[in-house]
Amino acid sequence: MTTETTSTRSTAPLAVTSRRPVGPRTWVTTAAANVVTAVLGVMFLIPLLWVVFAAFNAKAGLKLEWPGSGFSLDNFRAVLTPETTYRPMWNGLVLCVGSTVIAIFVATLAAYPLSRFETRYKRPFLLTILFSTGLPITAIMVPVYGLFVQLNLIDTIGGTIAFMATTALPMSIFLCKNFMDGVPLTLEEAAWTDGANSMQTLRHIVLPLMWPGLSVVTIFTFIGMWGNFFIPFVLLLSPDRLPASVSIFTFFGQYGSVQWGQLAAYSVLYTLPVVVLYVLLSRRLGGAFNFGGALKG
Amino acid sequence: MATLTRPGAPTGPELRRRTHPIKVDIARALPLTPAIALLLVFLAGPILWCVYAAFTNTALTGAGSGDTKFVGLANFRAAFSSDAFANSVVLTLVFTVLSAVVGQNVLGLALALLQKRSVAVVRTLVGITVIGAWVIPEVVAGYLWYAFLAKDGTLNEIIGTLGLGQNWLYTLPIIAVSLANVWRGTAFSMLVYNAALSEIPAEIEEAAEMDGATGWARLRYVTIPMIKRTVTTNLMLITLQTLSVFGLIYTMTKGGPGTKSQTLPLYMYEQAFSFSQIGYGTAIALVLLAVGGVFSIVYMRLLRED
Repeated sequence: MTTETTSTRSTAPLAVTSRRPVGPRTWVTTAAANVVTAVLGVMFLIPLLWVVFAAFNAKAGLKLEWPGSGFSLDNFRAVLTPETTYRPMWNGLVLCVGSTVIAIFVATLAAYPLSRFETRYKRPFLLTILFSTGLPITAIMVPVYGLFVQLNLIDTIGGTIAFMATTALPMSIFLCKNFMDGVPLTLEEAAWTDGANSMQTLRHIVLPLMWPGLSVVTIFTFIGMWGNFFIPFVLLLSPDRLPASVSIFTFFGQYGSVQWGQLAAYSVLYTLPVVVLYVLLSRRLGGAFNFGGALKG
Repeated sequence: MATLTRPGAPTGPELRRRTHPIKVDIARALPLTPAIALLLVFLAGPILWCVYAAFTNTALTGAGSGDTKFVGLANFRAAFSSDAFANSVVLTLVFTVLSAVVGQNVLGLALALLQKRSVAVVRTLVGITVIGAWVIPEVVAGYLWYAFLAKDGTLNEIIGTLGLGQNWLYTLPIIAVSLANVWRGTAFSMLVYNAALSEIPAEIEEAAEMDGATGWARLRYVTIPMIKRTVTTNLMLITLQTLSVFGLIYTMTKGGPGTKSQTLPLYMYEQAFSFSQIGYGTAIALVLLAVGGVFSIVYMRLLRED
């Protein structure tokens, strides 16, 4: 394993070293890889820069411009009103916190028997859950609208929260079960012998131990909810109940021409919470993307 | 305690003891009830109603709003003979293949491979930028791309000197929204491939390198075969995500100009909510669900197969 050659092929002498080969070819490849990566990065960056620059530019248009002498906080001052920002943000917060709390609570409860016990119904149930994670929620919005009209739930915060929580449930149950599987059973067995019931062991033994995993699922669910546009767009009607994701449309058509600077400032404010949450999450997230191992049922 | 299994332990039939009475099963399944109730009411319910309503003339206004009648396959016949429906099916295919299967998938893999060879600074900065595009909310991404591609937007400012300036959202709307979706979704594939590539033992690649395999051959014959399962899983997931994209397209073009970027979700929305044809809208929803369902089954099989 320690035997390597320089990457110049054919007659290169065998070098007994554990270092990576550093031939001229490798050097060129590495430099090229860095340049290409950086170029791709810049291409991803350019559209992103507009929102930042325009937010601080009082005279922002559609093109990317360094604010320069036009630098001001006027755009933020203009949008930081109860009408434009505070209420939609508050509505969004109520919807997202409400549905995330419900989803995580229900998912944790559901994950417990799925992780701890064996019954003949477990496998079909897990398969159904797995199947539901793939269903396009967009497609069921028309029937859900019909259902909400029938049940008189249309334009209610409670109904919308319940539905949003349900859409997050399959994934949350699945992830919760996987994280719970990682908590060893021996501690619980001791508690059971001492007469604790399973809900007590879940509360006092399992949950504290799976806290890191659970926080990942929670933040992940919240980010998904915060960005969700279609569900509140269909299920909520009154302007004063709309969350930030939907009320962003009021920047259009209301005054004839669009205040791009203000729209950008509002976008920055609306995006900030998920960026902060993502930064908190990022160190732990890596493992969640390992579908080779982590998603084995 | 007799029926406990250690998590992660094999749960084959021979290890399962199924002698406990049904009562124990019910008591243990109790914590599942809230989840089952929510899933039945808000997920299974609407899907079943969808199956029913797709065969009726349910409508909010006009004909059919008063008395809902069973109309058999009329909605589907109307859909399959409608040009607008055919148009949105084609656009959905173009959008999905272009932005997910080709764009996000290939670019995500390329970025993951390139990042492995890059120095730490480049790797981290590019990673943050790409993930930044993914984390920001859908609607904001829509506006960013509207600003980028608009007539007096950034792209035209850059290439304007070449005389290529045009209103991209008007001339190539489906390409425009596909590009935006690539930009927004690539991070997911990149993260998935980062995780998969980090699991390939370095010795294998080094051995291939020693045998004289060039970069391309190593990728083709060593790396890709080793992450084949991840590639399929990733393709499945991003296809499902892309099929149901609504907010991004709605923000950028509202499906227009005309119907030139009206994918199935937007067509469904227009029919059901703008034209109040709930029955017809649910028939389209059912088609979309069926497509998603087929992908979902394949995806599930891939995940379960070990």
